[in-house]
Amino acid sequence: MSLTPKDKATVKLFWGKMSGKSELIGADALSRMLAVYPQTKIYFSHWKSCSPGSPEVKKHGKTIMMGIGEAVTKMDDLERGLLTLSELHAFKLRVDPTNFKLLSLNILVVMAIMFPLDFTPMAHLAVDKFLCALALALSEKYR
Amino acid sequence: MVEWTDSERAIINSIFSNLDYEEIGRKSLCRCLIVYPWTQRYFGAFGNLYNAETIMANPLIAAHGTKILHGLDRALKNMDDIKNTYAELSLLHSDKLHVDPDNFRLLADCLTVVIAAKMGTAFTVETQVAWQKFLSVVVSALGRQYH
Repeated sequence: MSLTPKDKATVKLFWGKMSGKSELIGADALSRMLAVYPQTKIYFSHWKSCSPGSPEVKKHGKTIMMGIGEAVTKMDDLERGLLTLSELHAFKLRVDPTNFKLLSLNILVVMAIMFPLDFTPMAHLAVDKFLCALALALSEKYR
Repeated sequence: MVEWTDSERAIINSIFSNLDYEEIGRKSLCRCLIVYPWTQRYFGAFGNLYNAETIMANPLIAAHGTKILHGLDRALKNMDDIKNTYAELSLLHSDKLHVDPDNFRLLADCLTVVIAAKMGTAFTVETQVAWQKFLSVVVSALGRQYH
């Protein structure tokens, strides 16, 4: 399920469209994940609030989007490009990798809301492949 | 038994009462077949599925998408006993259609994305929570009779 040149171009195109609003998008996707899959809140038990609009959710949404942005620039070698982030998730955060797809789905939902016409099935396919590849690279150092 | 709040019932009913079954059914099934191409394995008798364009133009797929969505009506009308409402359908998917139950989740995710695109900002966090809860109960009920 590797990324074709067309997939990469599609991802870069959407990333370009999203770049001005990436903080909002990140916060929205994270809020949705925490609400729809409450078990994901366990990773944020140190926060005062996991509610949509809370300062921690906003800040972390921004952090996540910056990480994804970094991945977009390193699409040709995600494993090497995300090495540090993988080590962080593997040794420090120890997020069960099954959760990556829960966040991915919510990123796709936010994109569908923002781009109802442009987020075609082919675009969805490309972005989903990218997010899957990203999740795989992030879990590289787990074991 | 699944507990539904009044708010959740209202949200689910509202989504269905405003639903264009043909549009959303077709779009959701097409999206599933395109994004998760292995799901095409169940549609060998449905004609041309060669690429995204042919899938989206395929009238048999469109009709089947509508049929699937109307199948959700049964869950809507029996929200307090979705498990038993779908017992027969579950056996059908297991014994006759031989559908991998993980694929129910894939179709449910595509349906969520299509509804989100249709509703836009009206697809709030609260709406999404209720909607995905409904779909997860449906998915679970459909997978129950597998043996």
